[in-house]
Amino acid sequence: MRETIGILFMFAGVVFDAIGCVGLVRLPDLYNRLQASLKCVAMGTSMILFGTMIIAGFSAVGAKAFLCLIFILIISPTTEHALARASYIAGVKLWEGSIIDRLKQDSQNNGTGK
Amino acid sequence: MKKLILAFLSMVIWILLVWPFSSGDVDWHSIGIGVFASIIVGILFGNAFTDSPYKFFEIKRYFWLVYFVVVFVWSFLEASVDFAYRVLHPDLPIRPGIIKVKTKLKRKSGIAILANSIGFAPGAVSVEIVDGFLYIHMACIRYKDTDDATAVVVRRFERILARILE
Repeated sequence: MRETIGILFMFAGVVFDAIGCVGLVRLPDLYNRLQASLKCVAMGTSMILFGTMIIAGFSAVGAKAFLCLIFILIISPTTEHALARASYIAGVKLWEGSIIDRLKQDSQNNGTGK
Repeated sequence: MKKLILAFLSMVIWILLVWPFSSGDVDWHSIGIGVFASIIVGILFGNAFTDSPYKFFEIKRYFWLVYFVVVFVWSFLEASVDFAYRVLHPDLPIRPGIIKVKTKLKRKSGIAILANSIGFAPGAVSVEIVDGFLYIHMACIRYKDTDDATAVVVRRFERILARILE
């Protein structure tokens, strides 16, 4: 029973990982691709680790899976923020279908001395 | 005080890493090395750890932490299902852009955790943080105005984080 639940979680995780990879190919610009790689891939990996935790129970493997889960949840949004900020500063353009860019508007206003 | 708390936290991580309970009885050698290492960590890095250690002893903050974890996991699930729908839909229904939201949190650790949590809100990633304002990139924008977007994206994490950290 416990193994079945764990394997179901792992299967769902693999599906989310695959969707994240599809998103990486289909989406138009860097910022949207970052989101695909954060949301779906972090979800998939956490689900795989959670399935491992359920199967292994309170053992050495389960404790390590729990630690990895927490570190993934801390590290992946930090990395994503660092990449997004660095690429915005380096001048990577948004997709031309984007509807608003408040950061550009505000930095232009500051540049003209307002 | 700070050094003691940091030593305790590193001891917990050490025990989770080596897991000395697996062979029936407790492996005292591993625990001894862990105590030694966490005391060194506490002495070296205690001063850089936190500036208000008494907050670790207020019990009600831990209940809010549990509530935060529940909200966070729910938001994470919502975000990934939402994004999977957008990726798999044939028309690719995205309206991306960068909007501006404001936060009332003052402490740096609070703003950092808030920015990280926004990374797991549906379709959002924080791009830049400038004194109390966060610029976030959203995959599907419904509200362009700062106040509306703040109410939708930031508020649900912010009010809990304010109770945990401030």
